[in-house]
Amino acid sequence: MKRYFKDIWDSFYTIAIGMGVTFRHLFRKSVTIQYPDIKPELTERARNRLYVNMDDCIGCDQCSKACPVNCITIETVKAVPPDDLGVTSTGNPKRLWVTKFDIDIAKCCYCGLCVYPCPTECIKMTDVYEFSEFDRHNLVYNYSTMTPSEVEEAKGKFEKWQADKAAAKKSSTEKKKEGSEKPKAKQQESGEGKRSDSPEDKKSES
Amino acid sequence: MVETLEQFLPHPLLAIIMHAALPMVIVFPYVLFAVWLERKVSAHMQDRLGPMRTGGWHGWSQTIADMIKMIQKEDIVPSRSDKFLFKFAPFLAFMGAYAAFAVIPFSSEYIGAHLDVGAFYILAVTSVVTLSILMAGWASNNKWSLLGAMRTSAQIVSYEVPTVVAVLSVIVATGTLNLMTISEMQTGTIFNWLIFSNPFLLIAFVLYFISSLAEVNRTPFDLPESESELVGGFQTEYSGMRWGMFMLTEYADMLLVSLLGSVLFFGAWNSPFGDFMSGPVWGVFWMVSKGMFFIFVMMWLRWTLPRLRVDQLMDVCWKYLIPIAFINLVLVALWEMLF
Amino acid sequence: MPELRTEEMTINMGPQHPSTHGVLRVELVLDGEIVVDAIPHIGYLHRCFEKHSESMNDYQQVIPYVDRMDYVAAMSNELGYAIAVERMLEIEVPERVEYIRVIMAELQRIASHLLAIGTYGLDIGAFTPFLHCFRDRERILEIFESACGARLLYNYIWVGGLSHDVPSNFKDKVRDFINYFPPKIKGYNDLLTYNKIFIDRTADVGVLPPEVALNYAASGPVLRGSGVDWDLRRNDPYSIYDRFEFDVVVGKGEMGTVGDCWDRYIVRVREMEQSVRIIEQAVEQMPDEGDVKAAVPKRIRPPEAEIYARTETPRGELGYYIISDGSMSPFRVKGRSPCFVNLSVLPAISRGSMIADIVAIIGSIDIVLGEIDR
Repeated sequence: MKRYFKDIWDSFYTIAIGMGVTFRHLFRKSVTIQYPDIKPELTERARNRLYVNMDDCIGCDQCSKACPVNCITIETVKAVPPDDLGVTSTGNPKRLWVTKFDIDIAKCCYCGLCVYPCPTECIKMTDVYEFSEFDRHNLVYNYSTMTPSEVEEAKGKFEKWQADKAAAKKSSTEKKKEGSEKPKAKQQESGEGKRSDSPEDKKSES
Repeated sequence: MVETLEQFLPHPLLAIIMHAALPMVIVFPYVLFAVWLERKVSAHMQDRLGPMRTGGWHGWSQTIADMIKMIQKEDIVPSRSDKFLFKFAPFLAFMGAYAAFAVIPFSSEYIGAHLDVGAFYILAVTSVVTLSILMAGWASNNKWSLLGAMRTSAQIVSYEVPTVVAVLSVIVATGTLNLMTISEMQTGTIFNWLIFSNPFLLIAFVLYFISSLAEVNRTPFDLPESESELVGGFQTEYSGMRWGMFMLTEYADMLLVSLLGSVLFFGAWNSPFGDFMSGPVWGVFWMVSKGMFFIFVMMWLRWTLPRLRVDQLMDVCWKYLIPIAFINLVLVALWEMLF
Repeated sequence: MPELRTEEMTINMGPQHPSTHGVLRVELVLDGEIVVDAIPHIGYLHRCFEKHSESMNDYQQVIPYVDRMDYVAAMSNELGYAIAVERMLEIEVPERVEYIRVIMAELQRIASHLLAIGTYGLDIGAFTPFLHCFRDRERILEIFESACGARLLYNYIWVGGLSHDVPSNFKDKVRDFINYFPPKIKGYNDLLTYNKIFIDRTADVGVLPPEVALNYAASGPVLRGSGVDWDLRRNDPYSIYDRFEFDVVVGKGEMGTVGDCWDRYIVRVREMEQSVRIIEQAVEQMPDEGDVKAAVPKRIRPPEAEIYARTETPRGELGYYIISDGSMSPFRVKGRSPCFVNLSVLPAISRGSMIADIVAIIGSIDIVLGEIDR
């Protein structure tokens, strides 16, 4: 019987305490903010959308290797002697044309692992977080600043350079081994109509 | 009041329809307001702001926008459901809730139907809601809905007993079932209100309030819906305006029990200051503001308390409320006899 | 009275259900409202975490995946993994790193427990404590954000150190928080813990006796809620936990039987107080200057070995079993998930209870499906 009345008392008492707590909160200042009107201040280290400063990129592929979800795709073409790409702001010489630097931001997991290995500090995470799109394909960001014709030109130059080099090499070996059989150079038609591209050269390039 | 309307309108039937539609003028805006208020109350209790954008000032038109959205939504009826019952249940629910407004005296001049058995009528007609919930749960052909519906019928049928006994205490004290007469008996200052006329009526009011919470499925007795266990209870399969009708019913029911509570215990349309601010129009004001106060308390409770379990719900009713209600009834009667 | 012919009803709770904390599916066999049997089905959130780890380029790349196991306590997961790899490499991390790690792990414990008790209130039907908990959790996330830039999946604790040093105002921020937080615990207690309805809903529900808990190898608050005094931070100290003074909270059956849902709940509430104590001591002792990276080779290449390292995460014993074949990427990474083990007690303790109790029991076990399914 005592228990019965204690239960009733407990119910009313604890409910009253709870109601007191909620009532006090009724007049407290809200902790939320009106988001699109007022934006939260992000910290310096905020890790949101990736940004690549292409002026500084040397195409070293370190970020792409560090990425655990493979969201960065980089393709490069070696710059050949007459072209000088200059140096980055950190003083590293640029030796490669970065023909393709795609980040699929839809895949990105914002872990920031790509930021650390970059030797020129050109890839970084910014505080931009509003970049939703209606079409998923728009989330593939092309950072490369080169136009398709420039890419073709760079490729062409490289192939020409390679071919020239191969020809020079060939002629030098031919000079050495005069009379011996000629190595078969595989003829390949490229877009610009360049001459040849032998597998040996690729090997030596890599 | 029907007579007055008949003088202005061409056909008596039109006057009757108009007369019957009058509570709508209060109920519909009230529901829109109450849903908005509930959002605001809950938000501020949780240190949030709630709706702020639609319509400018504190998102006042959020619920209007929601209603328009719900009307536009596709009317989804599950293919394996009992189609007629499924479609009919929300309307029956609202019918039950609305019909009860007929005997609520909104003001000294306006009451839908001057019934001599007003209190009895209300208690009877609100039971229709049980039927509609059972109908909705069964017709949905969904196990969760069925569980919710079964819980509801058990809950509402049980809690009708303490409600009725608490109302009966007032009837014993006043000697009439006519709600208008009960209101008129409380004219005067705040001390003429029934709740202050008899100490045991205070207990009766507490009992009435608790059991009416269960009748309208509000926390801590919101088991039929209990979204964290039964997903949405009997409403699981409903969407769009049909779901909106259930929502409308829930809020209309809240208003109904609050108004009935203020009629039975808190002086109905009477001003608390005697003649000051009294009159037919002020009557509506007092009635609605008393109702809104109880609705606020219901919201306050909802955003404070957890939910009971189904067996505890029955315990509260059969082991606590009903015995106390009956003892209290006897004490009210004794007090009336002695003083 | 003639006997009624009744039949059992099988009903699916989840994977789409508001209180199965993610995508758990529980197959319930019901007799009216009484649960005859509850069979959990998992695997709806399987993301091949362990297999992924084997195909990574190096050990560092696994950490973002580890974050995503128990996504509400990512710091604790990282700590466990980092400790495992560090033991393989046999490297010591600097003093300052150890302190920062402990502070972060304990803040994470508070954040995770806040989420657990908040959602537990939600399961029971009280909405408001949930948002109050989120309000306070937000403060912890702000500290994390200022330290590493992310709010949920930090990638902060690295093998051999941390990704960044903490910001200069870190100590002040943490001190602010430990001054702010303890009064809030009282608020939760007033609103939820000692509420009569809450006690009725959780006391004597889902009683897990100590023997059963041990037989199922439960750990963390689930084990301690059953009154078993076992905490890896004290019983098998890792990092620098042996330097701090704190109590291991166990369930005592104050409101009902030892090992009921209320006990598991209160263990979490009181553990938050103990975490505040640890943080207080750690902030006082933490050296102001120091390196945040140990001498770790740029290419992490552990010797051919296998290791099992375990830590006490907010949910229990999280172990990493790592096999290295001497190459750059791990040969095998197996996570011993505390949630998975704790969830296995569900059928044992839910028979004979009601549907609403199932919700209360699942909530009190505090599972994170990301960790169960991995």
